[in-house]
Order: sequence, then structure tokens, then C-alpha cells
Amino acid sequence: MAAHRLTFPVDEAAIRTLRAGDEVTVDGHIIGIRDRTQIRIFDQGIEPPMDLRGALLLHTAPNVRKLGPGRYEKLCIGTTTSARMVRFTEPLGAQYGVRAICGKGGLPDEAIEPMQRLGMVYFAIVGGAAALETTQIEEIEEVAWEELMPECLWRFRVKDFGPLTVGIDAHGNSLFHDVQEEAKRRLEDLYARL
Amino acid sequence: MTTVETDLQGVVEDAAAHLYVWALKDIPQDLRDALAAARLRETSVTGIRVLETIHRNVNIADRDGNLVCQDTGIAVYTCRVGEHFPLHPTRIYAALKTGTERATLEHPLRSNAVHTITRENTGPNTGYRLPIVHWEFVPDWDGLDVKCVPKGSGSENMSFLKMCVPADGVKGIKRFVLDSIVGAGGKPCPPGIVGVGIGGSADYAMYLAKEAITRPIGTRNADPIVAQLEDELLELLNQTGIGPMGLGGDVTVLQCHIEHADTHMTLNPVAVNYQCWAARRASAHVSAGGDVDFDREA
Repeated sequence: MAAHRLTFPVDEAAIRTLRAGDEVTVDGHIIGIRDRTQIRIFDQGIEPPMDLRGALLLHTAPNVRKLGPGRYEKLCIGTTTSARMVRFTEPLGAQYGVRAICGKGGLPDEAIEPMQRLGMVYFAIVGGAAALETTQIEEIEEVAWEELMPECLWRFRVKDFGPLTVGIDAHGNSLFHDVQEEAKRRLEDLYARL
Repeated sequence: MTTVETDLQGVVEDAAAHLYVWALKDIPQDLRDALAAARLRETSVTGIRVLETIHRNVNIADRDGNLVCQDTGIAVYTCRVGEHFPLHPTRIYAALKTGTERATLEHPLRSNAVHTITRENTGPNTGYRLPIVHWEFVPDWDGLDVKCVPKGSGSENMSFLKMCVPADGVKGIKRFVLDSIVGAGGKPCPPGIVGVGIGGSADYAMYLAKEAITRPIGTRNADPIVAQLEDELLELLNQTGIGPMGLGGDVTVLQCHIEHADTHMTLNPVAVNYQCWAARRASAHVSAGGDVDFDREA
């Protein structure tokens, strides 16, 4: 299991070097997104007013304090459960060129094939570790769709963001799939002991 | 009498406002100890990475006075009301609601409350039937205990109910809890507290499961038969290999708590309510005279 440092946005070649289980630290710019943001893009067909090519999307809805028009101070920024948003994985890659999705708890197996085909990865962050995550977000640089607060489109500048674990790589591997398969095997033994 | 009631309502409101923010920032010592013990026991590389990051995070929250987790949750309170406490529960509820609103606006905290159909925000972490309060009434006492449990959605979404039949027995209960926690995987931010409610009715079993997750780690069900089931389930759950954040490992849950009620001879309900590793809670003991004793460990 290798350790990597990536500056986002990235190209497909960088994503293809990552393997499930690897540790990743991120610098550069990442984009915050959540349920309602993606419902607006894909179900209501409204184009996102930010460039998502090569992007790392973070599943988040931050605690912020408003400073002025379009300007916000970070208070506490953490990560939400990804599985609810799995159906957006394929179109995010195919239509907008997204390269990485970061969240907590993993994505179901239906994300594995599109991530392999399109050259995308899923990064597992430590859920609930928001006090730490907040220190790694240097600034909220841009906010779009403020009316969806807190489920807006957020552009963050980050430094030493992580540790992230590659949960699903671009080669068809998923730690979440493997853990579930192993658990199902163990359950058969455990049932026999009940 | 009117003056006393008004003052006490203000006292409870102030206490609620304090408890909500305090619970979000300063997790109890029993939880800190359980997380430290989990780190010592864990052997997987990813599991150790997760538990060390959790440790760093809790320390940074202490240092910066920040929230441990960004999910300010749905505000849940448990109230133990003495029969002689001189403030009616309707007024206690009003105080908890206003206290929740004040904490949300004054800090400020993210407001999560939405109308369940329109999904539009309904207020500063309040709305129709929000916050949620569990009530217990205590005879021969004039005090009030309030516990605030901000409940995150990632773990609350991993709630499960099964109406087992009597022929399923205790084995059916164990199997359902195992299946629930394996199915939940990393989504509820393991390792946390598994709350199990058994007996009663469908709705009451889930109510009891929520009661179970509010107990301090290390407490046991008073009924030795049920306490033994708590131990068995803890051991079984930690053999599933789900591990910290569902990335695989030895520690899947910190503790399993069960609350039970007697039930109908034809019923065998079992409910699972999960509490994430950031199992936030904070309590206040309020006297009839309005003195407040804040308590992180209750």
C-alpha cells in the first residue's frame, strides 16, 4: 500500500497510478457537493457554474458564517455519507470529467464499473473527523447556488488534506466490496454458533 | 408560583442551549477511553489509520473549541422529570425548543431541520415535532435530568426493525443484529455504539434502541439475562471484520447496549439504532430551586 500526494485538479494518468488501500494526501482545489446539488444538476438539468474537469468532489455540507455577498468563513467542515449519491457517479465522470469523489462510508458496487471505465477513484475519509478536516481547508474561495445552503457548490483551497484511503480504484478494485465479501463468509460461521 | 415557573423555564432553556453546543464539542470520557482501547486492539493498517485520525480530531476539537463532527444532528433530548419538579413538561418542551434555536443561531450551528416532503428548512434545528424528547417520570422526586444527544444522520439512516416471531427466539434477534451491522458497513461511522431494543411493540422497540445508544459506555442492562446478551452480541459483532469506517479490521463496534420491555406472547420485535463513534451527549441536573449541575459523564 503506497502513499501519494496529489494536487487537484488532476489528469487521468495520475488517477490510474492509485490502487485500493493506498494512502493519499491532497493539496490544491476541491469542490464541495451534496444531495441537493446533484439533484439540481442531473434531475433538474441545470448546468453547474463551476468547472468540474479533473476535480475532486467532497461530499459535504459545511457549518459557515456569512461575511458578505458570496463570502463565507469556515466554522466546521466535514464529510457526509456517500452511498446516498452513488447514482451520480457515472454522469459526473462521463459528462463533467470528474476524477475523484471523496466521502465517508464508501460507494456500493455499482460505482466500480464506471470508475474503472472513466478513470475515477473514490477516496474514503474518516467520517466525523471534521475538526481536523477544517484545519486542512485553507479558504472557501467560491460558493455557487447559495439558495441551497448548506448544500451549495463550494470551492475550497486545501493543504495536507487527509489522510484519505483509496476505497475504489480505477482498476476495478473496491475495499468495500472486499470487506463485505469477507464479512458474508464470516457470517456463515457466526450463524452456526448462535 | 408564576414567577417560579417563569424562572425555571429560563433555567432549562439556558441549560439546553449550553448542552447542545457542549455535546457537539466535548465528547465524554468513557467514549474517549473506549476509542483509545480500540486503537490498542486494532491490527489492520487502514483501521489504525482511522483510529489515529479520530484521536487527532478529538484533540484538535479540544484545542480549537470546534465541533468534533460537522453534523449537528437532529436534536434529541431525554428528560427524567420528578413528580414534584415545579415546571410542567409542556414548559420543559418549550424551553428545550427555544434553547436549541438559541444555540443554533448564537454559535452559529448548521441547521439541518427540513419539512419531510418539501425538504425546505423549517428553522434553527427546530420544526414541527422537532426537537425530539424522550420522557421518563420519576416518583417521589423534585428534580429534572436533561440529556442532549445530537443524533447524526449517517448513523440514524442505519436503523433497522424486524418483527421476529417467537419461534425465531434469541437466535433470530442475534442474527438480525449481525445482518444489520454488516449491511451498514462503513456508512454509520464505525466503531460506534449499537443500540438494540427488544420486546414491547414495533414503535417501542425502536424507542428503546434509541434509549440504548444514550447510555454511557461501560453501563450494562440491569437484567442479567439481557446483560449477557449484550456481551455476546459485542463479541459476535467484532468478529465480522467490518472494522473502523468499514475499511476492514478488528474493531467494528465499541459497545452493544440493549434496552428491553416485556411483550405480547406472539411478538418478538427487535430494533437496531446505531450511534457513530462521535457518540455525543451531555447532561444537566436541574433542581427544583433552579440550580444546574452540568455533567459530561451521565
